[in-house]
Amino acid sequence: MSYAAGAPALNEISLALAPGEQVAIIGPSGAGKSTLLATLACALRPVAGSVQVLGVDPWALPAGELHALRQRLFLAPQLPPLPPRQRVVHAVLAGRLPQWSAWQALRSLIYPADAEIARAALARFRLEDKLFLRCDKLSGGERQRVALARLLASAAELLLLDEPVSSLDPALALNALEVLQGEAGARGATLVVSLHAVDLALAKFPRMIGVKAGRVVFDLPRAQVTDELLADLYGAELNASVQALPDEPSAVLKLSRCT
Amino acid sequence: MHLSVAGDLRDPAWRGRVTAAIVFLALLLPAGYLTEFNPATLWGEASLRALKQFLGSFFPPAMSPEFLKLVAEAAWKTVAIATVGTAIAIAIALPTALAATRILSISRIATGRMAALPALVRRAIRWLLIFLRSIPEIVWAMIFVRAVGLGDTAGVMAIGITYGGMLGKVYIEILESADNQSTKVLLQNGAGRLQAFWYAALPVSLPEMMSYTIYRWECAIRASVVMGFVGAGGLGQQMELSMKMLAGAEVLTMLLVFVALVWMADMLSALLRRVFA
Repeated sequence: MSYAAGAPALNEISLALAPGEQVAIIGPSGAGKSTLLATLACALRPVAGSVQVLGVDPWALPAGELHALRQRLFLAPQLPPLPPRQRVVHAVLAGRLPQWSAWQALRSLIYPADAEIARAALARFRLEDKLFLRCDKLSGGERQRVALARLLASAAELLLLDEPVSSLDPALALNALEVLQGEAGARGATLVVSLHAVDLALAKFPRMIGVKAGRVVFDLPRAQVTDELLADLYGAELNASVQALPDEPSAVLKLSRCT
Repeated sequence: MHLSVAGDLRDPAWRGRVTAAIVFLALLLPAGYLTEFNPATLWGEASLRALKQFLGSFFPPAMSPEFLKLVAEAAWKTVAIATVGTAIAIAIALPTALAATRILSISRIATGRMAALPALVRRAIRWLLIFLRSIPEIVWAMIFVRAVGLGDTAGVMAIGITYGGMLGKVYIEILESADNQSTKVLLQNGAGRLQAFWYAALPVSLPEMMSYTIYRWECAIRASVVMGFVGAGGLGQQMELSMKMLAGAEVLTMLLVFVALVWMADMLSALLRRVFA
């Protein structure tokens, strides 16, 4: 899978991911991480350049085949996309929709078709007791894990996760990432994850892509990602915000701790 | 110490609001003039006397057992007309709304713009809905009375068609004004339109759609009364008879039954909202 050039939010990007590879995307807020993931998910069409997803150029496909291609990938947005009144079992089983006919989907709403799949997926995030609760009864962190359980219920080969563990405490975040990586490995699926927690990315992902201001700043095996590179990735952004707030020294102090 | 310029604090929305209010009033006043609306005429000597005479004949309400039985039957029929009519309306509205709503467009996912053909189809469906609801139910009722004869069928069809147009339009608006991130994500991950509707759009919008449908059912009860006047069955047909015979007491009894029916509809709506909230 390769990707070159892009939409206004991204510029002169060129990268390729091997099948089954596990990659972390890091970079400051607004750098274009989500846009990059959405482009890989055929959810955004680049203005210029070419994209290949799962071996084909999605934008050269007829509409029906493009949608069939989308069935083979899973894009999880930053905010868990769960209707508040939906019960957890259906929210998780929604991951099966590409495998189901419209009729099967409807029947499962009347009586859950594969409750066992949903329960097993939830169990891996220690949420099996929430199976029949409504999503609005869950905490933010639980909701995020329900959205990830939907991924486990799916059969996608390309997993694109935008900040999948942002609402979880460090221990849960580590556990959730391990579950996702184990699942991707077992499926042979490609896993691309954007992360704010740089330490987590360094600990868990063999390859890191640093994105800043719509450009790929580095694309390296983790051993070669140095402190200087990281400082540069987040640091110049800092200088910019410091200049924007010349009269607030407290901001400088707070922000400088991040570098 | 930083003092911002006074101008920075001025609400930028203020000017627009004042302008909108002035335009609204400027449009409303000529409308009032055009309809010769003048509350004072209601309190004129002659008006008051006529009103008193008319309303005076209403008391006490007719309570004879035979008449009550007749009203109960007619009321039951009115509810049946409204219910079956609303069911037909839903059967028209749901598929058309699903076909016409932008949030279930797959061609819109990546570009934000619908492809030409789906956009045209959606536009055509909206026009169909406008056609269905722009003709008042009483006119449909008159047409159907001619076609299928006096009776309830005409009322049912008239409500089904007009309300189908109204429900369809409002369903589209409810679906499109809701938070549709969950629908979008399902479509992005390859779900079908119907699947995305059942698994995201519907759970998000169900209570809104349901309470509006119940309100429409309540309106259908009232409408079936009016249509009864042109022979389309139910309580209205009975009411027309009583009015023709100047039996004010009977009219009052039937009006009380209306109040009871609308109150029931209100309670049902509250109950369903609680269940599905």
